[in-house]
Amino acid sequence: MTMLPTLPTPKKLGLVIDLDVCVGCHACVISCKEWNTGGYGAALSDQDPYGSQVSGTFLNRIHTFEVVPEGGEVVGEAGDARIVHFPKSCLHCEDASCVTVCPTGASYKRSADGIVLVDEDKCIGCGLCAWACPYGAREMDLAAGVMKKCTLCVDRIYNETLQEIDRVPSCVRTCPANARHYGDFADPTSKVSMMVAERGGIDLMPEQGTRPVNKYLPPRPRKPLASTLPLAENTDGAKGFFAWLDGMLDRI
Amino acid sequence: MHPAPSIILFTTLSGLGYGLAAVLGFGLLDPSAIATKFAHILALALIAGGLVSSTLHLGNPQRAWRAFSQWRSSWLSREGVMAVLTFVPLGINAIASVWSGRYLPLPGLIGAVFCGVTVYCTAMIYASLRSVQAWNTEWTPVSYLLFALAGGLVLASFFSALGGNAYPLLPLLTAMAIGAAWLAKAYWWARLRAMAVLSTPETATGLGAIGKVRLLEPPHMNGNYLTNEMGFRVARKHAARLRQIAVISGGVLPALLLAVLALSGDISGAPAVAMSGVAVLLIFGGTLVERWLFFAEARHSVMNYYGS
Repeated sequence: MTMLPTLPTPKKLGLVIDLDVCVGCHACVISCKEWNTGGYGAALSDQDPYGSQVSGTFLNRIHTFEVVPEGGEVVGEAGDARIVHFPKSCLHCEDASCVTVCPTGASYKRSADGIVLVDEDKCIGCGLCAWACPYGAREMDLAAGVMKKCTLCVDRIYNETLQEIDRVPSCVRTCPANARHYGDFADPTSKVSMMVAERGGIDLMPEQGTRPVNKYLPPRPRKPLASTLPLAENTDGAKGFFAWLDGMLDRI
Repeated sequence: MHPAPSIILFTTLSGLGYGLAAVLGFGLLDPSAIATKFAHILALALIAGGLVSSTLHLGNPQRAWRAFSQWRSSWLSREGVMAVLTFVPLGINAIASVWSGRYLPLPGLIGAVFCGVTVYCTAMIYASLRSVQAWNTEWTPVSYLLFALAGGLVLASFFSALGGNAYPLLPLLTAMAIGAAWLAKAYWWARLRAMAVLSTPETATGLGAIGKVRLLEPPHMNGNYLTNEMGFRVARKHAARLRQIAVISGGVLPALLLAVLALSGDISGAPAVAMSGVAVLLIFGGTLVERWLFFAEARHSVMNYYGS
């Protein structure tokens, strides 16, 4: 059934991704692929896996962007440009355009927790949902001919055979920098809701009208590297013993 | 967007087929002429051929029947339902003409309206996608409908010339429909040129508050499904030249041929058959180029994450 839930879902499960913290190690990409190739639905195939044109299906990818402030300079690390590693997976949108375009009813949004899933037994592999998603969250598996997407590890988060600490999406569990957080956005007192409120969490492409559930925490403001150069290079503002030493060394 | 040959062929062929079927549904051709009987069969063959070619790009075509179920929300499902429903009146029209040489006004008119609705559904599959801003306009269904009508009228002119006993205003109507189709396309292109871009790398990453965003490193060394499907760039280099080719082949030349035919007054002789036949080939080629550009020129918002 590809109509969206008529009422707001009582739970809004999703991720917070902290762009200030992500180091771009791609561990979440690998753990996602590892978990999901053996979990829910068809395996995540690779094409030409040992050749020069290797490519494959991934539900989570890390892009790396360079951001240059207006009038800023790009001079290696000392310049004003900054590097932002940017993990991207399904945002489990409230107005998921990928769901309503599906002709077969394979694509759906769960009314209980808002997770967007594909019923692969109904998917004909037409690819229209991948066109409708502005974020590129859906990828057709070229071996199985069905659409794959992030399931929010629905086979982990409710899985009581796992230890409680493991009942979070694989990417969240794996992240060595703690850049990814999982929780319920419908609950204003949840950890993820509070992080979003504190740090000014943002929606990606709000102009697309999809109302994503996942939020991104913007990188914190950064001082230019030049302003934090150690005193050895620059003695202005030296105090106490170092000011005395600076003066003495100048005099002898 | 990647211009998949199966989809281009589908929209072009089925557009021509629905256009021809609609003109036949209005009863503009002599139903007892052998050529009209062939026209009915050709219209059905074009529509069916288009539908079959559209299933070629499916990952699991054996489940295609499921696509009739979600007509409440999905334009693709609506298109599937309408395509099947439309076969009913079109089939009745074809049988009436082929077997008894008669024109039935009621199924004819219902068929013509259904043809229009089906083409509208096809166009809305594209026009409803906000992620592809070039398509996300009412000019998309307007141009699809007018192109189907123009193509159908050119085909009908050919069959009416072949069958003799032609409706005298047909070539003139056809030339006007071709003009209207390209006028709509001109508006579509003008909008594409003038529109303010909705989504940028800055809005896509939410990093616009810091500064200008540029892709430094893509997620993987090679392309993936997304870049193959939505990252087509080859055409843009030649877009201007291809537009000229499309307009001249699909618009100027067939319109001129039919205008000359209308003015000459002799619309059912051998010269008329030859001229309208050439017009059919020209508008088919021109529409293929136009459809190719429709995909190749459209930029998907996901490319904001891939640096192009």
